[in-house]
Amino acid sequence: MTLTRFVTKSAFRNKRRSLLTVLSITFSLLLLTLMMTIWHSFYLDKGSTESALRLITRHRVSLTESMPIYYREKMRTVPGVVAVAPTQWFGGLYKDDKPENFFAQFGTDPAEIFKVQTDFKIPDDQLAAWQRDQAGCVVDSELAKKYGWKIGDRIVIKGTIFPVDLELTIRGIFTAPQPTITVYFNYKYVEEAVPFAKGHAGTFNILADSPEDVPKIATAIDAMFHNSPEPTKTETEKAFQLGFINSLGNVKAFILSICFAVVFATLLVSANTMAMSIRERTREVAVLKTLGFTRQSILGLYVSESITVALVGGFLGCLLAIGLVSAMAKAPGMGFFFLGMQVTIPTFLLSIFVAAMVGFLSAILPAYHAAKLSIVEGLRHIG
Amino acid sequence: MAIPISYNIRNLKLRKGLTIMTALGIALTVTTAVFLMALLAGLKKAFMASGDPINVLVMRQGSTAELSGGFDANLFPTLRTLPGIAKDAHGDPIASGEWVVVVVLPRKDGTGEVNVSVRGLMPEGLTLRPNAKLVEGRWFTPGQREIVVGKSIHDRFNGANVGDTMDFAKGQWKVVGVFDSGGTAYDSELWGDVNQIAADFDRQGGYASAYLRATDPIAADALKHRVSDDQRLKLEGTLETDYYEKQTSSGGPIKFIGTFVAIIMAIGSSFAAMNTMYAAVAYRSREIATLRIIGFSRPSILTSFVIEALLLSLLGAIVGIVLILPFNGMTTGIGNQLTFSETVFSLHLTWGVAVAAVLFAMIMGLLGGFAPAWHAARQDILTSLRA
Repeated sequence: MTLTRFVTKSAFRNKRRSLLTVLSITFSLLLLTLMMTIWHSFYLDKGSTESALRLITRHRVSLTESMPIYYREKMRTVPGVVAVAPTQWFGGLYKDDKPENFFAQFGTDPAEIFKVQTDFKIPDDQLAAWQRDQAGCVVDSELAKKYGWKIGDRIVIKGTIFPVDLELTIRGIFTAPQPTITVYFNYKYVEEAVPFAKGHAGTFNILADSPEDVPKIATAIDAMFHNSPEPTKTETEKAFQLGFINSLGNVKAFILSICFAVVFATLLVSANTMAMSIRERTREVAVLKTLGFTRQSILGLYVSESITVALVGGFLGCLLAIGLVSAMAKAPGMGFFFLGMQVTIPTFLLSIFVAAMVGFLSAILPAYHAAKLSIVEGLRHIG
Repeated sequence: MAIPISYNIRNLKLRKGLTIMTALGIALTVTTAVFLMALLAGLKKAFMASGDPINVLVMRQGSTAELSGGFDANLFPTLRTLPGIAKDAHGDPIASGEWVVVVVLPRKDGTGEVNVSVRGLMPEGLTLRPNAKLVEGRWFTPGQREIVVGKSIHDRFNGANVGDTMDFAKGQWKVVGVFDSGGTAYDSELWGDVNQIAADFDRQGGYASAYLRATDPIAADALKHRVSDDQRLKLEGTLETDYYEKQTSSGGPIKFIGTFVAIIMAIGSSFAAMNTMYAAVAYRSREIATLRIIGFSRPSILTSFVIEALLLSLLGAIVGIVLILPFNGMTTGIGNQLTFSETVFSLHLTWGVAVAAVLFAMIMGLLGGFAPAWHAARQDILTSLRA
């Protein structure tokens, strides 16, 4: 019998208890992995290489203020700017105001939006068809799948910010690297129907030539409009998205406190089990010592036993988390925040490491006591 | 005959370490759940208290929020003369045309920038919000670039003290007062003269919304319908209370994540409780057999162990609630999808939340305790005695 076999055998000698402990750790680690994944995608993920080339300009006062459309031509003169597309949040309702029917509608310029969103793929003929129809729109492929939309279908979007209902014909379906739950339509439609909308844009999406140009472009654009009546704020796409997350509230503290509670609870559960299981085997420890096992090796045996149990739980928890995250990332009803989220390898490894640490910490104290025990005392111990 | 509860209490005391650790595990789960429930309770309180049942909010048809409104200023005189509107001391109708805009301000604690609502209102707007009381300085003067700040803004942002200036839109604004509306959503707003705000944000010639103060709740309901039914106006009236009730939905993400986290943690804790109870049963198998011989029935043994598990979880619930007490009243902000800005509210530990927490813990105890108790009751007497 090898030592490894000895450890695994003893780790699961009380099957029910080990199973319950493993399950308890599994659920805790599932939650932990989930929280870390959210943290990673919000704060650590730098975005794709295409995304790193994009900037978004908004009105400096806030996103709800709009800028004159002529800014677009001025922006083109900034060195490094490849393309500029205006976008206007429409904020309309499809079918009803239920959250599961929420998706983004942007009024934009069909001629240029796909030159900025270089990672969005659309067949050329569909793009051309959209550009020819002012009442046409293009929709995200995942969104089309959710509602069963086909090219040629008509959708009605009820206006809330703008006093107009859009009757749009789907001219194209685009695929994005991550689902975007977005519909793009020609902004001229709104401009012609609503006088106050004419000549304004809520944001400008800009494509830069190279990543090195991105910060320079942001500074140059903001400097250009600094003294105008409508000053701007230009930031990278990622920073812009982070602003949204920040506006939700103190997300960081929220995630951290949940993680802390989960880890601590897991530690309690695991320590509890190890304490029970080692106390039960006091006599066994004495026998092992009699056979010549040193204190260190006994300590090592129990600690690795505990780590084994925690690792099994941690591994299962991570697997569950991966499944859950991919299900959430695809569900269109979940809003923007989970779109395209996935458990990365570092997150996975960190979760496994946390599980191992929990196993280690929970066993160290009872195992130390067991190892210190004198043989005679141990043999005398009554269960 | 039932086994006395003191037997269970003594047993829990006997294995102190085990009891404390398991109870703490349950406590942490309860704390998390209570924290999230208290947040929701606080949020609900802030929004529910914001509306006044006799105020009617008028917006353009189809608008879902004041931010997305906008109607011609020419309609306002018609609105003012509608029957059912209360009159002030001078005999003028209490009605206020308003604008709500959003500005970005940096948080005091350096955790980023936040969208904040700025409300432009007529002097009547202050009359129809009697809950908003000035705590420092004075109200803004119409025609001046002056603002009064809500209490939460005063507490959470730099430069929001009387005498400070704030820089947004087309220049500087002087802070002349601080008001407190008792923890409602208004406390997260900046108030100024409607014409000044409209001019600064290029919104002259219209209003985003109008507030009409009715004489009584029945008149308010009639007024609401009168506005909505008038074909010439193309406006829609809502009771202010209904409008704010709808905004409690901004707690949706907290509710969703909260329920999810609480359930997952509860499953984990139930397994842990089950472990502890199984151990308790295993240690006492001889004792249980003895109890059976003395004459205690199987059902009474089952009940006794379930009660022990429930006591354990009750202990956890109490510790969990006590752990949250220091955070009671703590304020935090949440982004509101309708107003596109931050509403500040406080953690509010209500009796309802506490009772829900105890029930939640009891369910965990029951889930964790039933199987081991069943096992204890089914034990074979002879085998147990020999063990």
